Amino acid sequence: MSEDLSNVPKPDELMRIEHKPPRKGWMDVPVDFKPGTYSYPAKAKNLKILDMPNPREWSPTDEDWKLPENWKEIVREGFKDRLDKYRSFQLFMDICVRCGACADKCHFFIGSGDPKNMPVLRAELMRSVYRKEFTTSGKIFGKLAGARELTTDVIKEWFYYFYQCTECRRCSVFCPYGIDTAEITMMGRELLHLLGCGINWAMEPVANCFRTGNHLGIQPHGFKDTLEFFADDIEDLTGIKINVPLNKKGADILFVVPSGDYFGDPGTYTCMGYMMLFHELGLNYTWSTYASEGGNFGLFTSHEMIKRLNAKIYAEAKRLGVKWILGGECGHMWRVMHQYMDTMNGPADFLEVPTSPITGTRFENAKSTKMVHITEFTSDLMKHNKLRLDPGRNDNLIVTFHDSCNPARAMGLIEEPRYVIRKVCNHFHEMPENTIKEQTFCCGGGAGLGNDENMEMRLRGGFPRGNAVRHVQEKYGVNRLACVCAIDRATLVPVCDYWAPGVEVTGVHEMVANALVMKGEKERTTDLRGEPLPGKEEVEDE
Amino acid sequence: MGLWFSLFTVVILVLFVFMGVGVVGLNSLFGIVIPYAALLVFLVGVVYRVGKWARAPVPFRIPTTCGQQKSHPWIKANNLESPYNTLGVIVRMALEVLLFRSLFRNTRAELRDGPRVVYGGTKWLWLAGLAFHWSFLLILIRHLRFFTEPIPFFVNLFESMDGLFEIGVPTLYMTDIIILLAVTYLFLRRVVIPQIRYISLAADYFPLFLILGVVLSGVLMRHFYKVDIFKVKELATGLFSFHPVVTEGIGLAFYIHLFLVCTLLAYFPFSKLMHMGGVFLSPTRNLANNNRMRRHVNPWNYPVKVHTYEEYEDEFREKMKAVGLPVEKE
Repeated sequence: MSEDLSNVPKPDELMRIEHKPPRKGWMDVPVDFKPGTYSYPAKAKNLKILDMPNPREWSPTDEDWKLPENWKEIVREGFKDRLDKYRSFQLFMDICVRCGACADKCHFFIGSGDPKNMPVLRAELMRSVYRKEFTTSGKIFGKLAGARELTTDVIKEWFYYFYQCTECRRCSVFCPYGIDTAEITMMGRELLHLLGCGINWAMEPVANCFRTGNHLGIQPHGFKDTLEFFADDIEDLTGIKINVPLNKKGADILFVVPSGDYFGDPGTYTCMGYMMLFHELGLNYTWSTYASEGGNFGLFTSHEMIKRLNAKIYAEAKRLGVKWILGGECGHMWRVMHQYMDTMNGPADFLEVPTSPITGTRFENAKSTKMVHITEFTSDLMKHNKLRLDPGRNDNLIVTFHDSCNPARAMGLIEEPRYVIRKVCNHFHEMPENTIKEQTFCCGGGAGLGNDENMEMRLRGGFPRGNAVRHVQEKYGVNRLACVCAIDRATLVPVCDYWAPGVEVTGVHEMVANALVMKGEKERTTDLRGEPLPGKEEVEDE
Repeated sequence: MGLWFSLFTVVILVLFVFMGVGVVGLNSLFGIVIPYAALLVFLVGVVYRVGKWARAPVPFRIPTTCGQQKSHPWIKANNLESPYNTLGVIVRMALEVLLFRSLFRNTRAELRDGPRVVYGGTKWLWLAGLAFHWSFLLILIRHLRFFTEPIPFFVNLFESMDGLFEIGVPTLYMTDIIILLAVTYLFLRRVVIPQIRYISLAADYFPLFLILGVVLSGVLMRHFYKVDIFKVKELATGLFSFHPVVTEGIGLAFYIHLFLVCTLLAYFPFSKLMHMGGVFLSPTRNLANNNRMRRHVNPWNYPVKVHTYEEYEDEFREKMKAVGLPVEKE
């Protein structure tokens, strides 16, 4: 996937920014919907599929947003309801001391200089209304107490800035009270949805996912075709015919991936990687057309929507009678699986504690949720020497690893993917420590913002990541950026093209499959991408 | 605007004491009534606020993980940054509350030509914050000598440590110097750093000025405008034994000090100072990252509208059958 970056100014021009705020107080600076920095609104048809309020055609640049008549009351009630339901929300409205430690931790602030992208100010957009509506001092002292009236301009500002946050939680790492902007953004978006103000790049996937099982709206026969097409490619490459078990009752394991993995390059190579690995292991597993999406754009919509979309995972595991669930490489999917699924749709008492049929390892860390991350699964195989690997096949790759926000900061999945990478490639270099692990930077396009119309803002947000990639590219000659996230595999491509041209993006299991020596395979001359393997370049030419 | 309003308010508060005690002589109002009222507001307010938070449900377990999770036995889990059990959570919270762990991580991003962004460590906020909070606590402990008889040994111990260098008569306390420097730094960074000034409210300046006023009035009456310490103790022990006595001739500086402290107490529950209680309840810090090991229960988990497999198959059955996918109903 290569996006059109021609409309975006050149890097040095784009970064001609000031991090110094303007003289005018932030409450007096109205929001400016500049093309390239916001996402298009949700189409009425998608909201209707989901029974969501106020479906209509509108644009953020319109003067009149066609809000419901009693919009103010709706927001006030919605606000109160959420304060009553979430301790996190109450605390995060109350205890910030505005120390500013979070200010320059946000990739959007670093890349745009817009003070309202400082996490503290993003939260103040909401706190100011909270003070006016729900605190005595705010009611009495007004602006002096940091309170302000709820107006349509405030709603517009919320829409702009809560869709300029990728819910990456980096600021939360540095906050002395652990205030999590993701939580605030989620609440902000929930309130906006009560008025029918969402973005289409999130709501179309949600609507698709609800009906067809996946964000892309791929129907069951299309899903089968796609996987069989991959199987054909794998046969061409290895000479091995691979089965594609689909909706198979009695399988041991239900395998769930983000749909990005079977939709577009380079995610597709990762998908082929899973298939090759499972074939080689002789794993009794199944894909599902109904649960054909592990990703969950409900996370970018509302807590209720997370649950509505996530319900199918356990439901399908139960229907197919599997023992446990294995999940592919995805970031926000794993936030949902790790922190929400069991609470929302569990308990999964009809499943067994996940146990690897190959090594016998019991995954005690997943004994309640009964879902295992693919790098937990694969690293265990490697530790027990269950795979024949030839890392030399990846010798033309000089690899660095991008920790995806959610696995790093909502899960703590840090060493598993690194262990796998080190087993399958010989050249691995870390980016600087302020940009990896718990301090990792977002790709700039998470949380529903990875759309083309928002490209300028994505590249601004992707700057810290791109800059770190550039650093290792210059220092070590890095040419491959590995990640365990489907959104990354889509959004880091333009980020690299723009900030570190020459670096390509890969999933971890694409590299695993390249290195995997399969029983009865013919001599491979190319990698999964059809590019010649190291030492086979001349063979190609003949 | 917030800065000048806050400064102005604190000046008014001081003038108020000048008038009330110095001119009108309302010693019992400022020495007895206001302290009791302020303490009552503080106690009731703090209990109410913390109680309100504590009563609010925690629907999801959402710790921010800052280190390796517990998965394989052969991968070293980081129980401090990504705690997997209660002990880990307690240590994580202790590090947060006692040593400001998260603030210690602080970095500064700087945009350079290229364009490049570089990150440097910056520990000043952490250091000043830590110095401020710890010296405040030690000063508070030192003040116990006014409320207790006999004076507990640790109060005397802290006090002699605090005055270790024996500079001046009476001895200059280190904590007094440290808190003055720390508060000054915290104020200056608010004014000097453009981003911080931009986000600062009256609610940020006011407590700083108030605390500065408390410290300065305390230092002034210890070293310059001497007050009668024995009478102060008489008043304090009277207050705490609920037999308050109005003592004449303590000195105006004391009443200014006391009134600013009372203002701080009464203001506390309505302000950001409640972060003192809030930090213990923060769900991103006080929950274990053991989500997949132990199910977290949401007390208000309600049923939602889902799209069932049956509905799905009803829509796609023919297409599924055509490509040989198994179906439930023929």
